[in-house]
Amino acid sequence: MDFTFPKEYELLRRMIREFAEKEVAPLAEEIDRDERVPMETIKKAAELGLMGVPFPQKYGGAGAGETGYCILMEEMNKVCGSTATVIGAHTGIGAMAIYLDGTDEQKKKYLVPLAKGELIAAFALTEANAGSDAAAIQTRAVRDGNEFVLNGSKIWITNGDIADIISVFAVTDPALGARGGVTAFIVEKGFPGFKVGHKEEKMGIRGSSTAELFFEDCRVPADNVLGIFGAGFLTAMKTLDVGRISLGAGGLGASQQALKMSMDFAKSRYQFGAPIAAKQAIQWMIADMAIEIEALRSLVYRTAWMMDSGDMGRDFSTMAAMCKVYGSEVACRAVDAAVQIHGGMGYMKSYPIERMYRDARITRIFEGTNEIQRDVIAKNLFRSVGLKLR
Amino acid sequence: MKIVVMIKQVPDTTEVRLDPKTGTLIREGVPSIINPEDKNALEEALKLKESQGAHVVVVSMGPPQAEDALREALAMGADEAILLTDRAFAGADTWATAATLGYAVKKIGDYDLVLAGRQAIDGDTAQVGPQLAEFLRIPQVTYVRELTVANNKVKARRMLEDGYEDIEASLPALLTIVKEANTPRYPHAAAIINAYREQKVTYWKLADVEANPDSVGLKGSPTQVKRSFSPPPKEPGQILKGGPPEAAKDLVAILRQKNII
Repeated sequence: MDFTFPKEYELLRRMIREFAEKEVAPLAEEIDRDERVPMETIKKAAELGLMGVPFPQKYGGAGAGETGYCILMEEMNKVCGSTATVIGAHTGIGAMAIYLDGTDEQKKKYLVPLAKGELIAAFALTEANAGSDAAAIQTRAVRDGNEFVLNGSKIWITNGDIADIISVFAVTDPALGARGGVTAFIVEKGFPGFKVGHKEEKMGIRGSSTAELFFEDCRVPADNVLGIFGAGFLTAMKTLDVGRISLGAGGLGASQQALKMSMDFAKSRYQFGAPIAAKQAIQWMIADMAIEIEALRSLVYRTAWMMDSGDMGRDFSTMAAMCKVYGSEVACRAVDAAVQIHGGMGYMKSYPIERMYRDARITRIFEGTNEIQRDVIAKNLFRSVGLKLR
Repeated sequence: MKIVVMIKQVPDTTEVRLDPKTGTLIREGVPSIINPEDKNALEEALKLKESQGAHVVVVSMGPPQAEDALREALAMGADEAILLTDRAFAGADTWATAATLGYAVKKIGDYDLVLAGRQAIDGDTAQVGPQLAEFLRIPQVTYVRELTVANNKVKARRMLEDGYEDIEASLPALLTIVKEANTPRYPHAAAIINAYREQKVTYWKLADVEANPDSVGLKGSPTQVKRSFSPPPKEPGQILKGGPPEAAKDLVAILRQKNII
């Protein structure tokens, strides 16, 4: 067994950390306030290959696998949750769906420019009446000659208003439902009948856009069916499985930053004639954060390693769900403790802990609530002992 | 055009300390990096490669772990990497280092330009570049901030304390580059992966560079370090108490007492 990162990953991390600290961190406050990540920043990230880290080089990616992608999400979340979310929705789910289930032609046409960051991707599954119950989607796709005609709407789509290419899930056979009746489509923003609606104002990750999408007789070529016709729900679930590892990595980054800032503060903040680090109450909070961070790191990179080794079975799906749950909950506990350690300072907008606290909260909700993840984990566990639960 | 760039792996001195007892560097836990001004030299080479085409060879002398510095140079865009590593090279001062690098550059051959950083952050001597030029018997231009290559000549602007100096030299020539010359690029993520998985670093030993064994390593070093030490820590300053009027009065009294005013 060897728990060290191969050297290419060490250098990749150093490059990403330098980029994040120099090019993104100074903008984090402004990104949160102005509710947008500058396209200039995305362009700079793209020039370094950071919009396609996990994908093979023959499809325009960095060829760094899920491990490399987790390193990116970890380092980016240390400095800016919004920027990490924009890259995550683009790479981790939007483009990932095309990578996992696209044909070679679709990958050449769409994945290559996405991985190079020339185009931006989004992933559109959620609807007003289909959140945790994703199988309840109502957007319809009806075949008309060599095209499909889409009607319906999606909500809360990250990158919705900046995306050029969207992986969209629609019902092709209402009688079959999720198993056989949902199909994935690659939709270009220029397709007739596609419209971007209202943009939400959020508590955290404010720099990432969250938009409504409308499909009004939106015509999509049959060539843009993504994956097997009728198996779109599986494409969605498989893509979300993969996305969950990197959400764990994001939680790891946010937690580490919270710990680092808490320690810096506890060292320099004097009360009763000594640094507050001398107080057991503070020490225990610091120790608990550090314990959880180390456990999370092992979980995340072991799961990334499973995927890079080609192991994407049921155990992988269980582990990925664990990454999402644990990563988000460790992050929320860490930023909460960080606010407590910073005291009044932690509550003030002039200090980044306040933003990190708001940014962390969504991670227990989006891309499958933690309750749904626990449901997945428990059902997979019972299934392994012969009990199939629905 | 063939450009040879000298690379040194150094401890990140922003994080390095001296052991107060032994006077030696505490290397443990200190990350190793490419010497910053060597990165500036490499960046100049890569800019020339982009603007007029060049084959960029990076060379380093050091222990096997210096391979990482060369891999990083490959990731930034160098075409070929050579690591000079041999027990015989160990303990070299700047003179013997320049000789070792010189043998390697001669072996590489057909070079038009040799670029090096102005100086290394772990030694601050700024000697190896000039000594290497002497060894190779080629023109040298130090402290270069800007350069252009045309018609088998290099035009360089030297950054001096009190101004600039423009110099023209025939090729091949050696230039040492200052940090003001450029901002070194970040390596592309794919290039990082390829630098480790696809590209190679060539190891050369004493015999490979056909060096005279007496001119390299400790044997070839006219200078030897007798002792290294940290300067004694500065004594703490004096803080004057009381409000501004009293403190000002006390300050004036002290300055008078010391005959400063």
